[in-house]
Amino acid sequence: MKKLNRRDFLSSSLKVAGTAGAINLISPQKSKAGPENILSDDRFGVLVDTTVCIGCRRCEWACKQAHGIKSGDISEYDKKDILTTRRRPQPDSYTVVNQYQKIDTNVKFQCMHCDHPACVSACIVGAFSKRKSGAVIWDETKCIGCRYCMVACPFQIPTFEFDKAIEPNISKCDFCFTRIENGQVPACVEICPVETMTFGLRKDLVEVARMKIKTYPDRYINHIFGENEVGGTGWMYLASSSFDKLDFPKLGKNPAPGVSESIQHGIFAYFIPPIALYALLGGIMWLNKKSKDEE
Amino acid sequence: MEEIKSIPMEKKFFTPTIIGLCVIALIGMIFLMLRFLFGIGFVTNLNNQFPWGIWIGIDVAAGVALAAGGFTSAALGHIMNKSNYEVVIRPALLTAMLGYTFVALSVMIDLGRYYSIWHPLVYWNGNSALFEVGICVMTYVTVLYIEFLPIVFEKFIGNINLPGFLSKFNLVVDKTLRFLNRGLSKSMFIFIIAGVVLSCLHQSSLGTLMVISGPKMHPLWQTPILPLLFLLSAISVGFPMIIAESVISSKSFGLKPEIKVLSKLGKIVGPMLGIYLAFKIGDMVIRKSFIYLNEINSISVMFFIEIIFGIIVPLRMFLSKEVRKSPALLLTASLFVVFGVLLNRINCFIVAYNPPYAIEKYFPSIGEIFVTLGFVSIEILIFRLIVKYFPIISIPVSTKFKYSLRITEKLK
Repeated sequence: MKKLNRRDFLSSSLKVAGTAGAINLISPQKSKAGPENILSDDRFGVLVDTTVCIGCRRCEWACKQAHGIKSGDISEYDKKDILTTRRRPQPDSYTVVNQYQKIDTNVKFQCMHCDHPACVSACIVGAFSKRKSGAVIWDETKCIGCRYCMVACPFQIPTFEFDKAIEPNISKCDFCFTRIENGQVPACVEICPVETMTFGLRKDLVEVARMKIKTYPDRYINHIFGENEVGGTGWMYLASSSFDKLDFPKLGKNPAPGVSESIQHGIFAYFIPPIALYALLGGIMWLNKKSKDEE
Repeated sequence: MEEIKSIPMEKKFFTPTIIGLCVIALIGMIFLMLRFLFGIGFVTNLNNQFPWGIWIGIDVAAGVALAAGGFTSAALGHIMNKSNYEVVIRPALLTAMLGYTFVALSVMIDLGRYYSIWHPLVYWNGNSALFEVGICVMTYVTVLYIEFLPIVFEKFIGNINLPGFLSKFNLVVDKTLRFLNRGLSKSMFIFIIAGVVLSCLHQSSLGTLMVISGPKMHPLWQTPILPLLFLLSAISVGFPMIIAESVISSKSFGLKPEIKVLSKLGKIVGPMLGIYLAFKIGDMVIRKSFIYLNEINSISVMFFIEIIFGIIVPLRMFLSKEVRKSPALLLTASLFVVFGVLLNRINCFIVAYNPPYAIEKYFPSIGEIFVTLGFVSIEILIFRLIVKYFPIISIPVSTKFKYSLRITEKLK
């Protein structure tokens, strides 16, 4: 309903503004009003138990293999010294494992696949979408490289190829969506030798996580990161100590795009405010002109 | 009352200042070429933590705000129908037109896939503040060009002189222009109102842009009323921009400043700034963000500079009668407001932006700075060029004779 109205207004305002030439030539008939953004009850998720991870970096290798990125030989990943540098996902590595020596914990970082993704809400052309499977993915054919997704993402996940002059990509973990939608598990989950990650329906994983905390109260702190953060994320974490120490950002429970979307929809509520403003200004203009003519 | 008429400024184009601007523009264009050859990272200091730099913060966000003179003067002159302001409407319109053209260009050079800039017309996302800004700016640029058309008609109607065999068509072209001009002047009100509405929409949506960055933006600036603050500050900076421009171009062309009109404009600025300040302080009190002012660091210092020199000082100045009577003081006060809004946009988009995994803070590279300066220089050059050939700047007819005398003296 809302979408239709927004569309109606935009096309009529284009006409009002008389952009007859350039803009109306490319008729917005074929356009979609917004990207796919489905919050299915049966969406998948992953529970990452950071107390289990041994930092073998097999997941980094498997991820590159699964996405056709030059991965090198698997033995290169045995080098452990790199673990202590604070690495972040890059265009050629969608996931990284960092080591926090003080608390003896390894943490795998990748896209969190939010339930209410900021990137999907922000993207100017709707190049991001959240699929029924829970995966948040990027569409190369739409992207214009404005990098607003990077400004919006609360976890600072999307990366951009700043060194490319032509066709720079936005890269991030895509939850191996082609695999999980065909009955397989993500490449990183599959290769993990110690079962750090549990793949399954998100609602089941929340139960699993709660049970783990209840059964081993000494092993875990009572916090499932991602259960409620920014309205819930597909990937959730368990840890033995506070998540601040593991470089997780401190986030509230409100969905990341929440306020900005309500402002946006407030300004354009059924297109009444812009049209009312137009009418008001038109009225003032007419009155002023009339009074001037009478003088 | 003196009759006022817009005329082309017949003065030689190249002065030392202009040559300096040309040099800056040239350096900027060289850096721009490097950006297109080797990618954004080659010229800028941007990275995965700081995806937006001064090309967005200054060229786009501040550029849009500082071009607000176009819609505020249109609202005052055409919608409120105050004929006294006619002298400032044309220069303000030209500034807005050039300003927005360069905003669009700045967006384009900052886009990784600049050749796909038309995508928002086809792929829509109604939830995106950026989508709204994009569509509104595209439409508004078109509206501004339409609003400028009558000036082009005025220049050419009755002066059509095509070369060679084309001269046969002189009469036909002239008649067509007259016909178009008549049609346009009857429907111009549609575009003028549309221009004001579109401006209100995208000036505020520009503020909504940063709302989605949530806790990544410092709480001194991050507020749900950002769109309102952006709109109010844009309205406040509209007239100071016109005043500054008018005083500077009068000086540059050796004309007497339109002090009567400018001082009337200045009278409106004070209350506008007052409203803006009230909302800014009120918001700070309600959200209790003033606790961040207790510690003195670069963030709080920037906030203080913005509030004191960008709002409070010029607010006090514009309220004083003496200031409004003197062109020099009016210019100073106006420049304070311009500085304040510029700093506010830089603060919102760059200073306040604090991503969670940043190793070092972003500071613009030489290349970024020169591209920005280069764009500003080219804008001034084009402004001067258009003013030279089109009837933009008005002078009282009675002093026209005096003016031409002064020019001839100078040329000698």
